Amino acid sequence: MARMKFLCDAERCIECNACVTACKNENEVPWGINRRRVVTLNDGEMGKERSISMACMHCTDAPCAAVCPVDCFYTTADAVVLHSKELCIGCGYCFYACPFGAPQYPQLGNFGGRGKMDKCTFCAGGPEADNTPAEYARYGANRLAEGKLPLCAEMCSTKALLAGDGEIIAAIYKERVVTRGYGSGAWGWSTAYPDSQGV
Amino acid sequence: MLQKRRAGVSSKTGLAGVLAAAGSATVDRRAFLRKSGVAAGGLAALGAVPLATVRKAEAGPMQPGVPIEIKKNICTHCSVGCTVTAEVQNGVWVGQEPAWASPINRGTHCAKGASVREIAHGDRRLKYPMKLSGGEWQRLSWEQAIDEIGAKLEELREESGPDSVFWLGSAKFSNEGSYLFRKLAAMWGTNSVDHQARICHSTTVAGVANTWGYGAMTNSYNDIANSKAIMIIGGNPAEAHPVSLQHVLRGKELNQAPMIVCDPRFTRTAAHATHYVRLRPGTDIPLVWGMLWHIFENGLEDKEYIAQRVHGMDQIRAEVAKWHPAEVERVTGVPGAQVAEIARIMATQKPSTLIWCMGVTQHTVGTANVRALSILQLALGNIGIEGGGANIFRGHCNVQGATDLGLDVTSLPAYYGLSERAWRHWSRVWDLDYEWVRDRFGKAGMTVEDKQKLMEAKGIPTTRWFDAVLADPADVDQPDRLRGMVVFGHGGNTVPRMPEMRAGLEALDLLVVADPHPTTFAAVSERKDGTYLLPICTQFECNGSRTASNRSLQWGNQIVEPLFESKNDYEAMYLLSKRLGIEEQMFKHIQVDGTAPLAEDILREINRGTWSIGYTGQSPERLKQHMEHQGDFDMVSLRGKPGTPVEGEVYGLPWPCFGTPEIKHPGTHILYNTHEHVMNGGGTFRARFGVERDGETLLAEGSWSKGSEIEDGYPEFTYGILKTLGWDGDLTAEELATIQKIGGDDPDSVSWAIDLSGGIQRVSMAHGCVPYGNAKARAVAWNLPDPVPVHREPIYSPRPELVAEYQTYEDKRDFRVMNIGHTIQAQAVKEGTAGSYPIILTTGRLVEYEGGGEETRSNKWLAELQQSMFVEVNRADAARLGVKDGGMVWVYGPAEGKVRVKALVTNRVGEGVAFMPFHFSGYWEGESQRAKYPEGADPIVLGDSANACTTYGYDPVTAMHEGKATLCRIEAA
Repeated sequence: MARMKFLCDAERCIECNACVTACKNENEVPWGINRRRVVTLNDGEMGKERSISMACMHCTDAPCAAVCPVDCFYTTADAVVLHSKELCIGCGYCFYACPFGAPQYPQLGNFGGRGKMDKCTFCAGGPEADNTPAEYARYGANRLAEGKLPLCAEMCSTKALLAGDGEIIAAIYKERVVTRGYGSGAWGWSTAYPDSQGV
Repeated sequence: MLQKRRAGVSSKTGLAGVLAAAGSATVDRRAFLRKSGVAAGGLAALGAVPLATVRKAEAGPMQPGVPIEIKKNICTHCSVGCTVTAEVQNGVWVGQEPAWASPINRGTHCAKGASVREIAHGDRRLKYPMKLSGGEWQRLSWEQAIDEIGAKLEELREESGPDSVFWLGSAKFSNEGSYLFRKLAAMWGTNSVDHQARICHSTTVAGVANTWGYGAMTNSYNDIANSKAIMIIGGNPAEAHPVSLQHVLRGKELNQAPMIVCDPRFTRTAAHATHYVRLRPGTDIPLVWGMLWHIFENGLEDKEYIAQRVHGMDQIRAEVAKWHPAEVERVTGVPGAQVAEIARIMATQKPSTLIWCMGVTQHTVGTANVRALSILQLALGNIGIEGGGANIFRGHCNVQGATDLGLDVTSLPAYYGLSERAWRHWSRVWDLDYEWVRDRFGKAGMTVEDKQKLMEAKGIPTTRWFDAVLADPADVDQPDRLRGMVVFGHGGNTVPRMPEMRAGLEALDLLVVADPHPTTFAAVSERKDGTYLLPICTQFECNGSRTASNRSLQWGNQIVEPLFESKNDYEAMYLLSKRLGIEEQMFKHIQVDGTAPLAEDILREINRGTWSIGYTGQSPERLKQHMEHQGDFDMVSLRGKPGTPVEGEVYGLPWPCFGTPEIKHPGTHILYNTHEHVMNGGGTFRARFGVERDGETLLAEGSWSKGSEIEDGYPEFTYGILKTLGWDGDLTAEELATIQKIGGDDPDSVSWAIDLSGGIQRVSMAHGCVPYGNAKARAVAWNLPDPVPVHREPIYSPRPELVAEYQTYEDKRDFRVMNIGHTIQAQAVKEGTAGSYPIILTTGRLVEYEGGGEETRSNKWLAELQQSMFVEVNRADAARLGVKDGGMVWVYGPAEGKVRVKALVTNRVGEGVAFMPFHFSGYWEGESQRAKYPEGADPIVLGDSANACTTYGYDPVTAMHEGKATLCRIEAA
């Protein structure tokens, strides 16, 4: 069984934000909710600037799941971390636990009241039946069930963002690094996937 | 823990199959439009969507039980030409999938391309025709709108002649739309018909066409994968052409090619460079001559190539000798060692490619800049070579095609110019009497000679139209000043001097804006009456071809019907021409269904007339076949793979694709490539400047394209030359008859470019010869103001001490108005403007937005990513000025403009330089103009316009504005 992962090649990412709008487009994510975003480090500093596309990394032993008081998270057989909006109470604990800032909350009413958490699903929907309007309404698209990968990675302009089986994308990345002779590592992998061999 | 029931079980049948079996809830187009909120609220409504309804299920992208149709079109943003794969249910665009088969984008997109489906939601679109009456927007029917516009146009024509109306077209048109708009202007009777190329790459077209023949990118995006060194100057493709970076990074990674980025600003592209060169804005020529100084000094130029294929390089040497390293450093600010290093890389790691964009072109010396870069590539022998080339990245999705098809104040379609010969050629193509066409020009009662004079005079360009509105009629070289403007698909915040532009708008009797959005033109001025808005659909709602930067034509299929009451460009032009009583002539050989002209038929007419640039072989049938077989082309060579129906052809039949479609020319991947046979896309430098100059031959010496029966240089082909060579017998009887008919009593003079039979082209190519001849490229272009490019300081130079030595061009009357750049430069020096405005101001693009930005700022998925207009200020300058990151500042231009924007404190810009993106409008001097847009058609994000601050300055060859080097003063607000 595949172990799904994301990998962002910072030597390729140009902060074009295709991943961000592809996600909005595929999942009709509303204004104010960012399942994916591109972060630029050392912006404007020669030789140091790097951009990285970040979303839920679908961690091994996900910290969000560990802290969730209502146990709404579950990991699919593809190792995608999903959650149930039926169960979620919008407490925000997962936001504090997540090393990548992935969980998002719509503002509900005044006084900063939070709605149910929303995050990247690896384009794998949620607990409802696959590819039903009910599933789409809550979680967005379920491309995995159609045999497709997340649209953010599929549309990445420079193929910096890779999604798929961890071993395959790690092999692609390693081959690139060997060919070109440089690489700054798979950002976030040691945090998200401590059990996997580093690349 | 919850377990997913079917976790990991992938259904290979695809969503269509899964859903076809399920329920039956459907949504039709009408219901979709209703539900997606023709009258949707603004930002507040967007933010308040509750979580449980990430989307409204009834408007969902995938409706169970409804078949999905796949439609292919081309992205409507930049010139890369990414294929968009759309999923359509019941006429609603419900999903976008990666276009894996496209050899250009290979599934990928940038932020803009990945969000184009939002355009079909259309929340902020202009929904029906409107007019401004007493300062209020009123809804009209199409009939009434066209009738009132037509009546007013006729009135202006009567009183002031047809030249009193300015026709501003669009790089967003399809090729067919561009051609039709040029034809409409011709039949209205004016050459004042322009589009965005004026302000993006007009200087490139003029510069490279004057050097080697054609005004276009010589190679392709894909070919950059073959480069051993890549130099990008004045371009930020990571933001302006993101998908091109896929090809650039391929070259960089696979060949370990050095990537040199020369830019005043440390851009997102520069972040990936191996060598970043920071130069002062407006000093490109000194940098290039500085590189050539090292190349000549070390004998690294390609001597054999220069001897065979380049004219006048010795005169370049003389100029370059003045640019020794110390002077280069003094003028450009680039360290001498760095110039030496990049010169060595470009000269030794070959083939090396040179990429440039608007940092080079948008200057008073734009054409000269382009010429200097072209000469650098000629000196290195990089033109006509795989992996080399002048890879000019054009801007808009069809700016190349719109330029080719004559949306230009200096030419009819296909660069024929405006001479009598050109008009007679196009009159023959249109099957109209030349005299009838001529009679459309000038005022009633003018002599034939005066009419012909106007017919052959360059029109008023888009950078100067407001000067021609505000001028005394006696100062405009035509019967009257400009009084009306018809704008199709063009932003209003795109040229400098917006305060004057605004005054120009207010002085117009008639303003017609035909666009999917109201645009800045509709909202920026204090006009109260006489503005009409016509809702035009996007290219996604229309059939037609567009030409990518690499000259490939791609056919786009309509994805959905035009939204709301919008119509496509063709139909709007048909209705207008009908009201003006010229539809019979315009559409004489174009099928019109009801009021809708057939796109394929327009392309066939283009095919019948555009011999000079080889837009003749790209029939609609061939283009559609290429779209269908996208996956059959090689990703790097763009050639159709063996055993496929497109075997050997180049993807999109990049022009020149000579001859008729029947002779199956494969298109030209790389221009001037002598390593290929002309019938396989090979070529030579074009012989368009005569055969001799000052006793030296201008024809190639000892170089010819593969398989040529003439093994040396030769002039362009005419019937007379075919006879001299004894090849005239190869013409068929029909071809000969056509040639004789065109030639009248002088058939020998009929050239390859006006022979409507295509016979001369066919026969010359059968003998391995290129129809346009085999000449040398011109390092010296004696017809330009600077035959050898020389440095000239910007009008508003930050270095007044350099102006005396490197002053700008003399004042001159051209394009029907005065260009007083020299006077203004002298005045700025005298007044010490550089002292009171001590920061250099430059402008550029953001990845999320495009052009004037009205469309992209109306797209909620994009608008969310860039919510405020800003100015980049260097950290040291900010500290000195007391400017805080994120704080508001006033930016004052050295003329009258000022803007109030957010400060972005960053080292992206060097000390003493500020940068503003040019996509914003809808604020004027810090005040929101939102109320001036028709209700519901205001873009989500508004902001002050950079061009409110930018200033005077026009390239003498093309009237390109100075968009990249002016001055400003910044104060905390």
